[in-house]
Amino acid sequence: MNETPKPIAGTASYLDDRLGAGSFLKRNLRKVFPDHWSFLLGEIALYSFIILLLTGTFLTFWFKPSMQHVIYDGSYQPLVGVGMSEAYASTLHISFEVRGGLLIRQMHHWAALLFVAGMTVHMLRVFFTGAYRKPRELNWIIGVLLLTLALAEGLTGYSLPDDLLSGAGLRITEGVAISIPVVGTYITFFLFGGEYPGEDVISRFYSLHILLIPGILLALISAHMVLMWVQKHTQMPGPGRTEHNVVGAPFYPAFMAKAGAYFLFTFACIAGLGTFAQINPIWLFGPYTPADISAGSQPDWYMGFLEGALRLMPSWEINFLDHTVPLSVLIPALVPMGIIMTGLAVYPFAEQWITGDRREHHLADRPRNAPVRTAIGMSGVTFYGILWLMGANDWISAYFHIGLYETTIIGRFAIFIGPAIAYWVTYRICLGLQRRDQDILSHGVESGVIKRLPHGEYIEVHVPPAEDIAEHMRGKKEIPIVPGDEDKDGIPPKGVRGPIGKLRAKASKFYGTDHVPLDGHGHDGHDEHAAVGASDKPRELH
Amino acid sequence: MTENELPGPDDEARVPRRVIGTPAQGTAVLGTRPATAEVETPGVTLPDPADARKAERTVTLLFFIAFLAGIAFIASYVIFQVGDIDSTGVSNAALGGSLTVALLALSAGVVVWVRRIMPKYNIVQERHEMRSDGDTREYVGKTFVAGANESGFVKHKMMRRTLLLAAAPLGLAPLVLLKDLGPLPGTSLRHTVWKKGMKLVVEGTGQPILASDFDSPGGILSVVPEGYEHDLNALAKATLILIKFRPEDLKAGTIKNWTYDGIVAYSKICTHVGCPAALYEQTTHHILCPCHQSTFDATDGAKVIFGPAARPLPQLPIGVDGQGYLIAQADFDVPVGPSFWERGDAEADAREARGNQS
Repeated sequence: MNETPKPIAGTASYLDDRLGAGSFLKRNLRKVFPDHWSFLLGEIALYSFIILLLTGTFLTFWFKPSMQHVIYDGSYQPLVGVGMSEAYASTLHISFEVRGGLLIRQMHHWAALLFVAGMTVHMLRVFFTGAYRKPRELNWIIGVLLLTLALAEGLTGYSLPDDLLSGAGLRITEGVAISIPVVGTYITFFLFGGEYPGEDVISRFYSLHILLIPGILLALISAHMVLMWVQKHTQMPGPGRTEHNVVGAPFYPAFMAKAGAYFLFTFACIAGLGTFAQINPIWLFGPYTPADISAGSQPDWYMGFLEGALRLMPSWEINFLDHTVPLSVLIPALVPMGIIMTGLAVYPFAEQWITGDRREHHLADRPRNAPVRTAIGMSGVTFYGILWLMGANDWISAYFHIGLYETTIIGRFAIFIGPAIAYWVTYRICLGLQRRDQDILSHGVESGVIKRLPHGEYIEVHVPPAEDIAEHMRGKKEIPIVPGDEDKDGIPPKGVRGPIGKLRAKASKFYGTDHVPLDGHGHDGHDEHAAVGASDKPRELH
Repeated sequence: MTENELPGPDDEARVPRRVIGTPAQGTAVLGTRPATAEVETPGVTLPDPADARKAERTVTLLFFIAFLAGIAFIASYVIFQVGDIDSTGVSNAALGGSLTVALLALSAGVVVWVRRIMPKYNIVQERHEMRSDGDTREYVGKTFVAGANESGFVKHKMMRRTLLLAAAPLGLAPLVLLKDLGPLPGTSLRHTVWKKGMKLVVEGTGQPILASDFDSPGGILSVVPEGYEHDLNALAKATLILIKFRPEDLKAGTIKNWTYDGIVAYSKICTHVGCPAALYEQTTHHILCPCHQSTFDATDGAKVIFGPAARPLPQLPIGVDGQGYLIAQADFDVPVGPSFWERGDAEADAREARGNQS
């Protein structure tokens, strides 16, 4: 078997003769991909997207995006004779009369939930490890766009079956759109083809959902992949890993096979969920009518934070000169989303401005080693999480026997206090973990061996940490600080002059100051055999 | 973008320096792993052949399970028919179960293959700064300027300006084309289909309502205009909740003239974002919107007592016709449903108008 098999060699040479693929393959077949469990999170989103394309195409074969009124005469007995839209009737048809239709429908819905979930955790991974830093800012922006588009894609898809639950979502969408000052009424009339609900919105959402948005998603995902390929993946600090290399397994064959296996695994999970976990049983909800709603209505999880924001908001509304600004709708619909998405988009550039760091970064940060960033991230997560929880405050109230209004009032305070607490707690945890790293590096790890010294003292022998652990810890990078000290004439350096410059210098110092340097030693007077407990002397940090 | 391999420090002695991916003499380029273990690549640790053979058996078993499950999927499609909720359930379980097993077995097989038959890799590749070298950047910059000059775009001002001029209206064209997506709002949001004399009928059954039959205090009905029972556009604004009170329960916020014998009609469309405010708590007389929990006091003109809604649910003037059936006396005098820019303080205007009438 030392010869290349003929079909493979033949194909390769056929393609190379025509495409000149050889030089590309020579460079890329063995492209190295670093390994870390957290690098798989984005792949969940990628594979879910592929599954969404496959299952979605299947659904289009039967789905009729029409709001034409029909009388149901299909095989689901409880609804026979009931008037409904053709969209709802065809969704029932897919569910009950197409073999595998229900399975594919449920898989499509589960894949959508997993798609956004995968993107979200992937985004958190990139954020907390600082993998968005130069040169990857553009890919980060693409990611933020992808996340926003995924929400729009979810919203348009969720509305298509035209059942009572999805109609509630559509009604809320309309209420939000019409609240926009100046143009809201026009936007609504154009979107719905007149007054709500009209007869156009399903077919319009349909073309957005199956053509426009997925087309843009596909293009952006491709760009995301190409940039990742060109820039090479970041890696976690460890033995032999530097800013100038990449250590791991080659694309061909190992990474390719792993990625294939992971795709199949994601597919299997979605198939399993589609089989055993019922989702969106639209036949139980009935057809949409604007006159009815069921209590406890919940959107898909990724819309929960907007729903929670709407629920938290007090009833503010401004009337002036015969015009109305419904703040109780506008603020919750636009502000949290604006804070989160804009915050994400500008973060890499804000950080660069604050730290003055224009270097390329290919070694990922451990979250603890950038405590301010991690704390900001966690307070963002808390902000989002509280809104998300409040999107289900009626369920919380019912399950935990808390008054409904109390949950809202608690939420109104928690949305401000929660992120602040999260910031502080995270910051302290980061410093604590850094201190632990410092301790292990300077002091070794507990070996479990207890030794009695000649004068009677018992100590636990500490041994140096394993090389890979030590290297992982030594991967800590200092965060640069913009020089802000005034020179002897009292003139601050360029870039930190004026009020904004002063703010920058302050922020930079706050952001970059390393309170627990790795080579700092809090263990004076002790060798590596020092007793447990003796190393816990309080150290001055600030 | 070239990637040169750096052999690890201790590999230096063993292997000649060479680029990964250009295999040593006698190695298969694609597909198969080398038959002999003597050819080694830096960073590539081949598995123990005996262990690999053992793993192959596991992989084979898993792939075979995937094969069987795949057959089962096709068989399920043929065997299990759909049509009612039970048979659909069975078909769903059979198709989905076999598909899940097939995919799971396949992915597990590949995982075992990667982990136990493929080598362990610890290959090091160099990274290069993303920016090109100075000469290249300079060349590109110069070429760009030269190209711009050659094109005449810089020199010929008139041409440049008319090109921009030409582009501007064309850029607007797509927006203009969207105009026919819908009619202009006009005053349509200020009216509903209710008008004097129109019967109130029960949602769902379409039955008109005899005021004398609707006589137990605390009773509530969801009501739609007669003739519009299935017109969703009409229902999105005209749906009502009808509540019967003891007359002494009604407070100042409710317009008494617009009630009939303690029966009050409010718009069911929440003034927050338009969900039907469908929940009613008899003991407290609270109307609750299940979407965002805006709560309205039904005895007091449906004024807001909690939640994000900023305005009360509008009240519809009702009365009875000659046969005692409930009818509307007029349309709402304020727009129903969510707030919008052109709405203004319609309540204040309506109060003024009512004041002038009396």
